[in-house]
Amino acid sequence: MSLPKKIRYSFMKDYGAPALMKMAGMRKKKRRGKTSPLFGPPLRCNDRLKEIITRHYFLSRYAEGAKPVAWVTSGAPVEILRPFDFYTIYPENHGALCGAQKVAPELCALAEERGYSQDLCSYARVDLGVCLTGKTPVGRLPKPDLLFASNNICQTVVYWYKVLAHHWRIPLILLDTPYNFRGIQEGDVAYMVRQLEEMIPELERISGKPFKEEKFKEVIRTAKATSLAWGEVLATMKARPAPMTIFDAFGHLAPVVSLRGLPVALNYYRTLLSELKERVERGVAAITNERKRLMWDNIAMWYKVRDYANLFAEHGMNFVTATYTNAWAETTPHMDSDRPFDSMARTYSLVILNNNLNHRLHLMESLIKEYQVDGLVIHSARSCKPYSVGQYDLKRLLMDRLGVPSVVIEGDITDSRAYSEEQARTRLDAFFETMEN
Amino acid sequence: MVEDWVLTITPMLHYSELLRTTDNGQRTMDIFVGIDVGSLSTDCVIINEKEEILSYSITETGANSTESAEKSFEEALVRSAVQRDRVKRIVATGYGRISVPFADKKVTEISCHALGACKLFPDTRTVVDIGGQDSKVIRVGPDGKVLDFTMNDKCAAGTGRFLEVMAAKLEVPLNEMGTLSMGAKGEVRISSVCTVFAESEVISLVAQNHPKEEIIRGIHRAIVNRVWSMVKTLGVKREVTMSGGVAKNQGVVALLEEKLGHPVRLYKEPQIVGGLGAALHAKGL
Repeated sequence: MSLPKKIRYSFMKDYGAPALMKMAGMRKKKRRGKTSPLFGPPLRCNDRLKEIITRHYFLSRYAEGAKPVAWVTSGAPVEILRPFDFYTIYPENHGALCGAQKVAPELCALAEERGYSQDLCSYARVDLGVCLTGKTPVGRLPKPDLLFASNNICQTVVYWYKVLAHHWRIPLILLDTPYNFRGIQEGDVAYMVRQLEEMIPELERISGKPFKEEKFKEVIRTAKATSLAWGEVLATMKARPAPMTIFDAFGHLAPVVSLRGLPVALNYYRTLLSELKERVERGVAAITNERKRLMWDNIAMWYKVRDYANLFAEHGMNFVTATYTNAWAETTPHMDSDRPFDSMARTYSLVILNNNLNHRLHLMESLIKEYQVDGLVIHSARSCKPYSVGQYDLKRLLMDRLGVPSVVIEGDITDSRAYSEEQARTRLDAFFETMEN
Repeated sequence: MVEDWVLTITPMLHYSELLRTTDNGQRTMDIFVGIDVGSLSTDCVIINEKEEILSYSITETGANSTESAEKSFEEALVRSAVQRDRVKRIVATGYGRISVPFADKKVTEISCHALGACKLFPDTRTVVDIGGQDSKVIRVGPDGKVLDFTMNDKCAAGTGRFLEVMAAKLEVPLNEMGTLSMGAKGEVRISSVCTVFAESEVISLVAQNHPKEEIIRGIHRAIVNRVWSMVKTLGVKREVTMSGGVAKNQGVVALLEEKLGHPVRLYKEPQIVGGLGAALHAKGL
């Protein structure tokens, strides 16, 4: 780490970023105006969220050389990196951002030109496109010193991060989480704890900082509180009418994914939670005419979030829960700062995608009941095989057991070329007709 | 199994038209129209308020769906000898439903096939529709309402398009495919489900001098296998009604019945089931 870069980073953090936020705030005020009659008043927290994310990507440009930088998968135990002061970048979060800004097909094509198959996950293709060409809508991503992955979400991340490791000739640390065919096995926990312990000396070497267990415990406490707060945020949507939609939640998910374990995320969710509670008390609805309540399965279709929000609101239908947003509230409460390694292993091994389909069925059943769900929209994502496998069985089982109608939409998380508007609309229209029966 | 649910429609029966568009020969009955603008054909069905089919037309969908819908509507009107201004309501369905400006409402073909099939065969619980560009399996309730459905619309395998491509490659008219396959002594296995791959496979089978009939039977088997996976996804609930252009192919029907282990319900003109459902929707509005 070089001293001038450290000074530059501190300056940007203390002066550059606040100045940028101020400018962005001024621009925003000028633009604000029309609101749709389909929706209630927008969340005040939206501005704060944008600020946090913009600041995170802005500062990341100056982190290189000033702080150790790690690229992390969404399911990796990032808490273990925090005591070493890593600046963390989440390529999946960045991929979602590229998807929402509709630049993903272009970035995917850059990876495809270099021989990566169209059948590969589009988060991976976007990221490979970005790191091979340096193009990104956020300006620039810092070159990492470390790659940190866990195969609890999929096997693709292992090979994707291996490519990155080879490209930059940097170390890759992997937490291998055996799949839970039934309940979690004690032998597996011991195996994962051993891996986490072995990471410590490596992380000390890469970051140049000694490990302090007390700091690690503190991070776990913060992460746990953040995750619990996120869970409470989602639970406000149990109210009728719900104070926000799942499409809002897809956006507000970013801090718990990529800034987990840092006070900024915790403070953010506390503010958001109090705003939502206030809306519930005052009866403020996210969509003005909430007649039906829906559940979403799988990762968002980032390029369609806005269109779908409008389309469903037009039909008086509001998404009040999703297995996806729930994933960051489901297991982190297992965290226990008194048993840091053991509880981390359990927390990260028990995530939805590392569990069997029976677990998913029960989870979906309980979400449907708790949130009073009338219908289910299932996104079959071309990118995400672990999430999309078994969806037809789940659909049939939920219909048989709870009588909940559902529809499968084939598409992708960011690559809109794998989505056909015409065909999706026919399925959705038929679903709307079924819901009105 | 062909059900004779309605009288054979002939364009010249003006007298019977008069009977069927009036109530006991006194009151004029309301007329409803359903137009199904599909990828390959546009079908129009005209019914009276007793839900009897007065006439139908099947025309090719050209490049302009609005014109095709208009043409099909005109043709059905001529056949029924009903004046256009007597039509009370029109519902459009199919992929081109949005391009029918004179329709009172647009309803998806999924709801229309369900309603149409249940009208023709009230004991229908599963509808298998194999159209030109997609195929779908629909589970319906006793009232003709859609309970669940699954669709294949991402690739041509398991659709009429697959059959068309193969018929062209074998230089056999599409409507003769069924009869030819019924006379096959054996069957050639088509291992690929992809239309493009299967086409090359068929070329090499022809080159190996396999009898056309056997290749055709293999092609039909490939379609049925593709559709079968969708049927299994929803689960088989008797009775099963087939609709869509491919249901005219007796070879495909026979193989599906073989898989099911029981006969399917089949209307003599399976292509108009969606249009009939649309007309019934128009009546129910």
